[in-house]
Amino acid sequence: MALNEKSQNGFENNADGTTLTRPFMLIGQRVIQGIHVLGSATIFLMTALWNTFRPKQFSKVIQQIYYIGASSTTIIMLVSLFTGMVLGLQSYHALIQFGAVGGLGALVSLSLIRELGPVLTAIMITARAGSAITAEIGIQRISEQIDALQTMRIDPFRFLVSPRITASIISYPLLTAVFDFIGIIGGYITAVMLLGLNAGVYSHSILRNVDLKDLTDGFIKSIVFAVIVATVCCYQGYFVHMRTDSKGAKAVGLATTSAVVISCVLILVSDYVVTSLLMV
Amino acid sequence: MVLQNVNLKIYEGQITTIIGLSGSGKSVMLKHIIGLLQPDEGTILFRGRPLKEMSKAEIASSTHQISYMFQGNALFDSMTVYDNIALPLRETTNLSKAEIDRRVMARIGQTELNEAAHRYPSELSGGMQKRAALARALITDPRIVLFDEPTTGQDPVRKNAILSMIAQYQKKFNFTAVMVSHEIPDVYFISNRILALYDKTIVFQGTPEELSNFDHPFNDEVIRSLEGLQKELTGLYSRRQFKILHHTQMKSRKSGESFCIAVFDLADMNTVVPRIGYDKAQETIHAMGLYIDRHFGAIGGFSTRRKAREFVTVLPFSDIAETEKIMNEFVEDLQEQGIHDFRLKAQDSDPADHYVEFAIRVGIAEGKPDDDIDSVVESARSQQKEIGRLQCAVKE
Repeated sequence: MALNEKSQNGFENNADGTTLTRPFMLIGQRVIQGIHVLGSATIFLMTALWNTFRPKQFSKVIQQIYYIGASSTTIIMLVSLFTGMVLGLQSYHALIQFGAVGGLGALVSLSLIRELGPVLTAIMITARAGSAITAEIGIQRISEQIDALQTMRIDPFRFLVSPRITASIISYPLLTAVFDFIGIIGGYITAVMLLGLNAGVYSHSILRNVDLKDLTDGFIKSIVFAVIVATVCCYQGYFVHMRTDSKGAKAVGLATTSAVVISCVLILVSDYVVTSLLMV
Repeated sequence: MVLQNVNLKIYEGQITTIIGLSGSGKSVMLKHIIGLLQPDEGTILFRGRPLKEMSKAEIASSTHQISYMFQGNALFDSMTVYDNIALPLRETTNLSKAEIDRRVMARIGQTELNEAAHRYPSELSGGMQKRAALARALITDPRIVLFDEPTTGQDPVRKNAILSMIAQYQKKFNFTAVMVSHEIPDVYFISNRILALYDKTIVFQGTPEELSNFDHPFNDEVIRSLEGLQKELTGLYSRRQFKILHHTQMKSRKSGESFCIAVFDLADMNTVVPRIGYDKAQETIHAMGLYIDRHFGAIGGFSTRRKAREFVTVLPFSDIAETEKIMNEFVEDLQEQGIHDFRLKAQDSDPADHYVEFAIRVGIAEGKPDDDIDSVVESARSQQKEIGRLQCAVKE
């Protein structure tokens, strides 16, 4: 490479320095970019939450609870039923080898309440409602509808972002509760009705081993996931016009994909972090 | 950099049109005015005060008086036309539901959208979407309205109907209108002032008449490329082409010879338009232009549309006596055949509740080859008299 050639990012390269510093430079750029996005998303979230308490928000939040929460109930029930059933099936065959089948109810319920319920609920809502939020806001951005809101003195954060984030924070724990309940019923169907485990043993195991902390930990996780998913999805849609990789409809498509992928990854990463913190 | 050293003034209560080629930064300028974009350098003054020095509340209060109509309409596609128009009132005022309904229905009526009120934007034609966007822009009774290419993608009749509607509303509500357009010369009929954007900056500010005398590459490169030889709506010559034709004709004439000018005026149109609708009014103007061209073109005359409702015809080889004779034949023909044609143009197929009338006036004057055409036109204008009345159907 020629001496003093300028790289794309403005750094002076030379024959020796380029090879050595380039990886660090790229890492540094990514880190700075990541910090910038993190800061920007945090301000985005705070602004949206602040706007929740402004007038005329109630009906919008209710509308979004219906869309994000109520409309997702069926799919959540379906997924949770089969999750509970397969969990019951696998656990039964594992526990019976050790004569510990009496603990099946506890295993199913704790798995669901502590981990599977919040995580799978968040992932399902990301797939169903999160992607739609990104696409909807993204299209509104590229068709100048968000600019139109600004010209009408309607704060886009108050009108579009805030109700979705607030509705997510309300809906996720409720849907997680539905997931947990239906999942436990799924486990009951497999273990008691199909495999012949005593119903009293299953129920007693649950009542004896599940305490309030398990439930609150699960709900704390679901709220964390709600904040992450709603922020990521709204953010990706809202700033779709700032994307450098594409413009227009393609940018909306890419933003939607990014929103789902980033949300799912962050759900799993934050699940570990929150679990660690809650266990301290 | 799209714009550089841009300095312009917009006067209250006037229609100011920014003209320029596509991609020259007209929309960018408009977005700077409303604050959607921020300038890298420079200051925007609002009533003499720099926006930069105002507090957030002061800026909000200033921009509260401004409305914006987007080039692509920017209607909310998940809301009906009614909800789109009601949105600014619902979100930014504490008006009761009944009052919002009253105001929205009034605007819907004024913009002839009654049948489309509960339809979604995607179910409407381009013209109806424009009217819905206009109704939304006007619902808050703004003091300043910015129009970003309001006639894009419209046919000639619709284009002129939209421009006419903007002019009508501007007079009615006395707001300040700033419009971006390259519909030359149609925008001249409604604009008080023209701003010419060329090579990243404003090169001209003045009246449409002053622009025609503006000696600058803008006139050659932009105006002539945007202005067709003939106007789209009427099929008549453009004002500039009309002047060139007249000049060419008069150069070959001897100084003692004469020519005549007839000035036609569709009087009372201002009062009739709101009742017959903007589209029908433009169809009538279109028909009138064609009719004049057909009649006088056959005997060597050439015509132009001078103002929104005024047509000027030159009869280059006729003196006043001959012109009076030609005009009498025109009047007879108009009364026998012409008015019947207009009635068909102006009427809807549905039965009318009643009819409104407006007068067609004409004045003629003789000129010499050396005379200034504008003074001959003025002389003809001062002698106008009614030659017929046009009936239009009205449905209540």
